Amino acid sequence: MSAPLAGRATRVAPEMAPRVPVVSVKGLKAYYRTDQYGVQRRVRAVDGVTFEVRPDEIYGLTGESSSGKTTLVKTLAGAVRPPLQVVGGTIAFSFLPGTQGLHSVPPPEVARVRWRRLSYIMQGSMSVLNPVRRVRSSFEDFAFRHMGLSRRDFAAAVESHLARVKLEPSVLAAYPHELSGGMRQRVTIALATICRPELIIADEPTTALDVIVQKDVLAMISHIRQEMGSSVMLVTHDMGVHAYLSDRLGIMYAGRLVEEGRTDEILGRPRHPYTRHLIATLPRIGDDAPRRGLEGSPPNLADPPPGCRFHPRCPLAMEVCHREAPSLAVHGPDHRVACFAVTPEAPS
Amino acid sequence: MSGALVELAHVSKTFTRGGLFAARRVQAVADVNLRLAADKPIILAITGESGSGKSTLARMILNIVEPSAGAILFRGRNLRSIRSSAARGAFMRQVQPIFQNPFEAFNPLKRLDRYLYITARRFAGVADMATAEQRSNEALHRVGLSLGEIKERFPHELSGGQLQRFAIARALLSNPALIVADEPVSMVDASLRMSIATLFRSLRSELRISTIYITHDLATAYYVSDEIIIMQKGGIVESGATRTVLSAPRHPYSRQLKDAVLSLRRPPGPDSEDSS
Repeated sequence: MSAPLAGRATRVAPEMAPRVPVVSVKGLKAYYRTDQYGVQRRVRAVDGVTFEVRPDEIYGLTGESSSGKTTLVKTLAGAVRPPLQVVGGTIAFSFLPGTQGLHSVPPPEVARVRWRRLSYIMQGSMSVLNPVRRVRSSFEDFAFRHMGLSRRDFAAAVESHLARVKLEPSVLAAYPHELSGGMRQRVTIALATICRPELIIADEPTTALDVIVQKDVLAMISHIRQEMGSSVMLVTHDMGVHAYLSDRLGIMYAGRLVEEGRTDEILGRPRHPYTRHLIATLPRIGDDAPRRGLEGSPPNLADPPPGCRFHPRCPLAMEVCHREAPSLAVHGPDHRVACFAVTPEAPS
Repeated sequence: MSGALVELAHVSKTFTRGGLFAARRVQAVADVNLRLAADKPIILAITGESGSGKSTLARMILNIVEPSAGAILFRGRNLRSIRSSAARGAFMRQVQPIFQNPFEAFNPLKRLDRYLYITARRFAGVADMATAEQRSNEALHRVGLSLGEIKERFPHELSGGQLQRFAIARALLSNPALIVADEPVSMVDASLRMSIATLFRSLRSELRISTIYITHDLATAYYVSDEIIIMQKGGIVESGATRTVLSAPRHPYSRQLKDAVLSLRRPPGPDSEDSS
C-alpha cells in the first residue's frame, strides 16, 4: 500500500475485510420521463450503473455535469419523485436487508433510516440549514429523535460532537448567516455524522468553499468518518478532492460508469479514453503543456448515441463501438473499464 | 502616463452595510495600483480567496461599481467622466464582461441569436440583418460554434460549455480591447474547461485582446495567464509574471494559497511511471 497522505490514514486492505458492502447497486436505471402534449421524452440520466461502497471506505464518484451523478445520488437517497423514475436495477443497503432501495420502502421505514443510517453533506450549506432557525434547533430537528437521549444528554452530545469538527459550543446559538462558509460546512458535517450513520453521501462538499478552507474541511471529513466508522460516497467533479480523499474512484460519462478503480491507479494509469483525457487535461502548476479540449460536447441524454456513449468523441472508436455498449470488464485487482478499445481481449 | 490600456491608481472600495447608526463598513478593495499596457496584450489573472475583493475589482474595471477612492483610467480617460450614454457605449464596446454562470447571464426566455444581433447593432455598428448574421457567424466560428447551432435556441438548450463559448463569441462582436472574465470556466464541463481557457490564450495571441481573468484556482491561473495578482483582504499581496510567482511565491499568503492546492499526485507508489 502506498504511504499515507497527510490527513489520510492507512486502512485495512479491502481483502482483509470481507464484509457486506454498505450499499450495493446493480444495474440501476433511473430515467426522467415526461409526457407533455403527447410528446414523450425519456432522459436516461442513470443507465445501468453497477458499483458498491464497502465498509470503511470513501468511494469517489466523478463525471462532468449532466453525467448522472446527482440523479444517482438522488436515487440512492430515495428522493425519487416524478418525472424521475427508477426503471430497473436494485439498490441493496446493508442496513435495510431485503429491500430494493429507499424509493421502494414505505415512508415510516425511510424516516427511521434516513439520517440515522444514511445522511448527506450537501454543497450549499446555506440551503441545508434552516435560515430562520438557530444551529441548535437544526440539530434538534435532524438528530434528536434518532439519538434516544434526554434533552440534556442530547445537548451535551451535540457540544462534544461539535468539538470534533473544531467548533465552539457558541455556534449553537448562531443563525446560519452569522457563520462563515467554512464554519457552516463544518456544522453540516457535524450534523451528518452525529448519528454515526453507516453511509454518508457527500455531494460536492467543498465546491462552495474557499481553497484555503477546503483542505481543512476535507481533512475533517476524513477524520470524523474514521472516528464514527462511516463509509462515504463522495461525489465531486474536482479530481484534486478525490486524490486527497477517495480510496476508490468511479468515473461516470453520460449516465454510465466507464471506469472504476483505486484512486491512485485511476490518476496514475487511467485506461478509458475519456478518463485519460480528463486526467491529462487537468491543469497543474509547473506544467506548461498546452491543453486541448475534447471535440464535441457530452451527449443529450434524451437522445444518446447508440453503442458506447463516448464513441462520437472518442479517439479510439472502432466499428463495434457504434453498435454495442461495452460493459465493465476487469482490468486487474479492483479496476474495471468499459471500453472495447482497451479491453485485453480486444484486438488493439 | 501614456500607453496604458487600463490603469488603476490607489483604487479603494468601501461598502457600507446596515443603517445610519449601526453602519458597518467593509473595505472590499484597498489601495490597488495596477496597469495593463496597451501595446502588449496579456492575460492577467487575479486570484485570492472569496472576499479578497477580486470580483469587486473586476466590477470596478467594468464600470459597474464606482470606486470610493482613487481613479480608474481606461485609455487615459477616467471612468468617472463617462456620463453620457454615447460615452458609455463607447466604453462598453471596448471592455466586455464574461460572467461565471452563463445560465444566469442570459435571459432564459430570450433566444440566443437575438443577443448577437443586438450586440452587433449596438456595438459593432451593423445596420442590416444579413451583416449581423454574418458577423455573428464569424464570431461564433472563433469559439468553435456556428450560427446554425445557435439560431432560434434558448439558453437551456445548450450545455454550459457551449453557452460560455457563446458568451465569449458575443463579447467578441464589438471587437473589444479588454475582456474581464470572472471565473469563466467554473460552471463548464470538465472535458471542455481547458479548451475555454485555451481560447482566451488564442484571443490574446491572434486578436490581441487582453483578458483580466479572475479565478480562485491557481492551477488554472498558471495555465492561462501571463501575469498574476494575488489579493488578500482587498489588497495586492504579490504580483508579477505568473510562472515566477507561482513557482516561488514570496508572500506568506501566496504560499498558503499554493499549499492549499490539492496535489493530483499521490505519494510515489509502485506504479508511478506512466505506461500509456
